[in-house]
Amino acid sequence: MHPIRKKRLTILAFLVAGIALAVGLTTYALRQNINLFYDPTEISAGNAPVDVRIRAGGMVEEGSVIRDTESLKVNFRVTDYAASVPVQYVGILPDLFAEGQGVVAMGRLNEEGLFVADQVLAKHDENYMPPEVADALEKSSKGLNKANAEKAAESAAY
Amino acid sequence: MYPELGQLALILALLLSVLLAVVPLAGALTGRDSLQAFARPLASGMFVFTGLAFAILIHAFLVDDFSVAYVANNSNSMLPWYYKFSAVWGGHEGSLLLWILMLTGWTLAVAIFSRRLPSTMVSQVLAVMGMVCVGFFLFIIVTSNPFDRMLPNVPADGQDLNPLLQDIGLIMHPPMLYMGYVGFSVAFAFAIAALINGRLDAAWARWSRPWTTVAWSFLTIGIALGSWWAYYELGWGGWWFWDPVENASLLPWLSGTALMHSLAVTEKRGVFKSWTVLLAIVTFALSLLGTFLVRSGVLTSVHAFASDPERGSFLLMLLGITVVGSLLLYAFRAPVVHVRSRYGSLSREIFLLLNNVLLVSATLLVAIGTLYPLVLDYLDAGKLSIGEPFFNTTFSPLAVATGLLLGAGIFSRWKKTDGGMLARKLLWPLAISLVATAAVMVNYGSFAPWAFAGVFTAIWIAVATLWDLWDKSASRQGRLHGLKRQSRSYWGMVLGHLGVAMVMAGATVVSNYGVERDVRMTPGDSAMVGDYEIVFTDIGERQGANFTAQYGSFNVFLDGKLVTDLHPEKRNYPVGMSVMTEADIDAGLFRDVFVAIGERISDDAWAIRLQYKPLVRWLWLGSLVMAIGGFLAIADKRYRIRVKAEEKQKAQAGNTAPGKPAEASS
Repeated sequence: MHPIRKKRLTILAFLVAGIALAVGLTTYALRQNINLFYDPTEISAGNAPVDVRIRAGGMVEEGSVIRDTESLKVNFRVTDYAASVPVQYVGILPDLFAEGQGVVAMGRLNEEGLFVADQVLAKHDENYMPPEVADALEKSSKGLNKANAEKAAESAAY
Repeated sequence: MYPELGQLALILALLLSVLLAVVPLAGALTGRDSLQAFARPLASGMFVFTGLAFAILIHAFLVDDFSVAYVANNSNSMLPWYYKFSAVWGGHEGSLLLWILMLTGWTLAVAIFSRRLPSTMVSQVLAVMGMVCVGFFLFIIVTSNPFDRMLPNVPADGQDLNPLLQDIGLIMHPPMLYMGYVGFSVAFAFAIAALINGRLDAAWARWSRPWTTVAWSFLTIGIALGSWWAYYELGWGGWWFWDPVENASLLPWLSGTALMHSLAVTEKRGVFKSWTVLLAIVTFALSLLGTFLVRSGVLTSVHAFASDPERGSFLLMLLGITVVGSLLLYAFRAPVVHVRSRYGSLSREIFLLLNNVLLVSATLLVAIGTLYPLVLDYLDAGKLSIGEPFFNTTFSPLAVATGLLLGAGIFSRWKKTDGGMLARKLLWPLAISLVATAAVMVNYGSFAPWAFAGVFTAIWIAVATLWDLWDKSASRQGRLHGLKRQSRSYWGMVLGHLGVAMVMAGATVVSNYGVERDVRMTPGDSAMVGDYEIVFTDIGERQGANFTAQYGSFNVFLDGKLVTDLHPEKRNYPVGMSVMTEADIDAGLFRDVFVAIGERISDDAWAIRLQYKPLVRWLWLGSLVMAIGGFLAIADKRYRIRVKAEEKQKAQAGNTAPGKPAEASS
């Protein structure tokens, strides 16, 4: 074969191999690592998969935080003011975690409908609302609990 | 009155940038020197007026002028003066002004340091820089004016700077990052100018190389500072989260790294020209994309962006004009004549081509992982997040492959490399790296495939780099003479690659052998983390400048001997009603011991995070070494030796004398 063609072919082969590798890795990793978001209404309606790693978010329900005094276990409920979901987490909560504040939790839903979180994210500062939470609240505000929803939408408006 | 002057200065700078975008280019195209002569004064004027606006904004912060909305939103009279100063770029409008200040600064630098370039080239480069400036001046004046007043209802006090940003890391991080982002505009301007006058040659590559390298070095430092800041300030000891904001800075870094290497090939061998131009365009486009992602609010919520689209759409428009315009130009003007083949299928050219393929793949991966959720969300096709595992599983193999190629590529030659010679050269480095990696595994006491791959790659890069240095510095007049004889750009490469090795070693070891424990502790309790015993002795309170804090006291023991005391804090900032975790870290070259206080569990019990972080410092030290390598490379003599014979001699004489001590010390 002509040396120029041979060289072009080598380059082409490298390029194709590189791209194939990248695409393969991407699709493989994407299949494994996409975390879908569900709001409390969807979860309590049974629309969220059980024992699959998902994200759930909403506001921490007032008066729902129960802390175990002998370990780092915390139980609380996450609500979008239309429905709420019990969450269990073992570990250190972020600084801005508080009742009545927006959070997003990563974890798995178990058979009993308890959301076992392995990661809890709160907003970084006063003005920031996790985007999924703001959306979930907006959606539920079209539902029943108008008064609460308006209050929530106000704080989510940023 | 000052703020109005600031706004006036910005408008004047905009007018100058419009002139800069038009006049010198017209001069270059029609061949009129009188018009081209306007380029340098216009660039200077633009910088002076932007600098004036920036100084006025600083002044407004330092004197607590809360009638300026931006000051009222980002500062407070209680804030220490140095945080008032850094609060200038703590919010959107101010950081944009900083961005533009750097842009005009780079433009001025091009005007100053390009005395020896052909005047048409300088005019065109400065005109392209002027066009970029026009876009950003319009953006700041139309959508993000930092001098907007809150009249007549002037607030009594400001809303305070977010406490997360009250930190030395945040004083340094944005300026460095922006220097990098904006610096790539110079490489872009050179590429566009070369496309306009159709001269894509080795000279063009030589001129853009130092600018690209400097921008890349700043970006490296900026990213490292951000990672370091996240590690100790965000509170919980992570150093890279694959967060979209972080990825936004990594994207131009990856393609900028590819650009540096392909520029080397274009300069030395005159090939890959079209590819290099394309990379220069892409790198700057990615810098703009990063600015768009961070500044448009699209990350907070794509729908928030859609409901208040002014800023976002403006940036998107700038990005679109840049990309479409430069790609059209590229399509029409990129060299169509294929360069005759002048390199074999095993050669340095091929190694650098592979380096580019891998780096561009990595760029694509990060871009997909960052943008895919945004696109889906925007189309209302579902909400999802792509987590760290995605990036770790895809990025690590590419990093390892790049590193392995790097080690081999160092020994390759331009044009043609003998396969047998290369294999013989690699034998010893391979053996040494395998033994050393095994030793590291034994030292840390466990084996994991990815840990092995990462550590091996890091050692492999380091050994190959040093081996090559040893080969090249062989001299009949002694080793020292041989080392001194190496050019600064070669030293730059050595440091750059050693830095990469350090970062890879640090990242691998801390990810695989770090220990992280969350425990419940009461005063008097002790807990083990790695080989260290941590004893919680006491908890107290103290009053800071603008916060109150509860602080814990911890003794750290190794083998029964006291190593240090740590005092992590939980701070309460009353103005913004916010709580901050201030970790305390015993830093060391080979390991960090990290203690942070979580929340109070019961009367005397606290949630405590303990971490043992081996080699974590190498991440940032390695980045620093890389950046130093970059700065060293541009100090190379050949960038200063010029055409005229007498100038050449003068330049050489001028360079060797002060150059000596620097070379000896490196």
